[in-house]
Amino acid sequence: MGSGATTLDTADGPAFAVALSEGALHLTGDFRMDEAPAIWRELHRSTEGARGGSLTVDLSGTHAIDGAVMALIVALRTELAARGVRTDIQGTPSHLRSLVELYGVEAPPEKRKKREPESAIAQVGRATVRMGEGLEGVIAFLGELVVSGLALARSPRKGHLKEVPPLVERAGADAVPIVVVINFLVGFVMAYQASSQASGELAVFGAALYIADLVGLTVTRELAPLMTAIIVCGRSGAAFAAEIGSMKISGELDALRTFGLRPFAWLVVPRVLALVLIVPALTLVADVVGVLGGLCAGVASLGLSVKGYFIETREAVGLWDVGQGVIKSVVFAIAIALIACQQGFSVSGGAEGVGKRTTSTVVMSLFALVVLDAIFTIILQEFGR
Amino acid sequence: MTEATSIGEGTREPSTGAGASGEDRQDATPIIRVKELTVGWGDVVLLKDVTFDVRRGEIFAILGPSGCGKSTLLRYIVGLEPIEVGEVLVAGRRNIDLDAGLPPFGIMYQGGALFGSFTVGENVELPLEEWTDLPPDAITAIAKARLRLVGLGGAYDKFPSELSGGMRQRAAIARSLALEPKLVFLDEPSADLDPITASEIEDLIVTLNESLGLTVVVVTHELETIFRIVHRSIMLDRESKGIIATGAPHELAESDDPRVSEFFDRRPRRGSSG
Repeated sequence: MGSGATTLDTADGPAFAVALSEGALHLTGDFRMDEAPAIWRELHRSTEGARGGSLTVDLSGTHAIDGAVMALIVALRTELAARGVRTDIQGTPSHLRSLVELYGVEAPPEKRKKREPESAIAQVGRATVRMGEGLEGVIAFLGELVVSGLALARSPRKGHLKEVPPLVERAGADAVPIVVVINFLVGFVMAYQASSQASGELAVFGAALYIADLVGLTVTRELAPLMTAIIVCGRSGAAFAAEIGSMKISGELDALRTFGLRPFAWLVVPRVLALVLIVPALTLVADVVGVLGGLCAGVASLGLSVKGYFIETREAVGLWDVGQGVIKSVVFAIAIALIACQQGFSVSGGAEGVGKRTTSTVVMSLFALVVLDAIFTIILQEFGR
Repeated sequence: MTEATSIGEGTREPSTGAGASGEDRQDATPIIRVKELTVGWGDVVLLKDVTFDVRRGEIFAILGPSGCGKSTLLRYIVGLEPIEVGEVLVAGRRNIDLDAGLPPFGIMYQGGALFGSFTVGENVELPLEEWTDLPPDAITAIAKARLRLVGLGGAYDKFPSELSGGMRQRAAIARSLALEPKLVFLDEPSADLDPITASEIEDLIVTLNESLGLTVVVVTHELETIFRIVHRSIMLDRESKGIIATGAPHELAESDDPRVSEFFDRRPRRGSSG
């Protein structure tokens, strides 16, 4: 260990000094929080070469030390202990004794627990287990939904079905403006992109009108149900998870149970029902505005006639195309409601837990929507042949 | 079984205060019997060998410092958690199964746990709507009467967020009484309330006990509440997780057991955790 002394002055004169000599770290003067950065630097500088052995921290020259600096001294002892340096506190002035005891400055420094970094395989394994647990939770929820649905059919008053209309309004009617805007723009952008291709060679062969087919089929089969479900997931799925999570935190779920009511039938069934009713309806609205968006782009950029566009759309888009979208939207609605409610019921740890589960709801739902869309696209296409 | 200091088993009277006329309404028949209840998993013990009775008509308290398992014990008694070791009889029903229907008690949770999307009136009406065939006007009349009983006659149309903490506690008590139970559980009824509001809640509990003959089980660590209203109590220990004393509060307060006296003297023992 080296030796040396540092004195830092303030406008009122020397404030504190840190000096290392003969195996002892001498602290003299006033050690206040105002100068904590400088004090911390000096304590580190004076002990940077310390490895093994022992070091006495001599407080006999100190006039005042406040709590923040006491905390720094405790932290220094812990750091030195990690380097194998045993430290002793000596010469504590009587007026500082109670503060020294309060902060445990003389107690043996805490041993720092070495955190073993988790291996990549362990991390992948843990994440896989977590995903599996989440999936298991949703499947268990699906099973309970079936059981509750049957019980509800026998005794409808146990299901709090009067909550369905307000939920339909919140998840459905209130979502109409955003569903209309998003889906109109999706149809418009798709037709506009296509028209930039079609305005050249295709227009020469009179193929520009096929934009109506492209937009009509893509919107009704794929984009309208998917975009609508994404909007509902962001609006209502997140809201359901936060709502149920907050109820759990505040003890409302326990209160329901001790009234002899099943929170699942009370909270989950109405939400699933509301989304099953409203998401297909919103999807049909999205079908119409998506086609209208395509029409606007087709008319504006390719000079197609409105009547011709509608006739072409009617010929290209059959009832089964619209039906595929509606079937998908029902599946999406059940998935969003189940994931949101399951995440809400899994909340723990207060407001932070509600936030985490709300985020998980959106992420899990989006993932599920894309996977389900892929699965149902294949199934429904095969079924429709 | 955990060794407990049994103090004044026969004592029925509250040590002081409002509930002093309780003896003639109490009988020795237990309305709750908890027998050798042990809760835990692995090496973690939450409750160990807990055994006690609550008599009909008394105000009974589950006491103890924070972290001793008071609220955990309540959750097992009311059936919110499944019992694996031991037995709990509540009004003749063994190990309450909440999925099997309406339990034979009312309960007020800490902070009220009122349904935020319902008005106060709707909160009180909910159990009546679910478990009776009363017409809507009768349900409304009963709910309003319950609210008047707890001094909230004007709060029928208000939402819980519009009420103060004390009013929410009162509304939750009104909701717990909706179906005319003979037994109510109150979890920390005066927690986080100013002394005057807490005292009003305590007076209300005594009034309900005396006027309606209610058996009241209170979970609390508020000394003022304990001495004012409680007839008999058990005390749980944070370290052993078992009962360390039973009896009237003033008798517990005179206990020689340092684990009991530190709670009543508000002085931690040297070396005690927490």
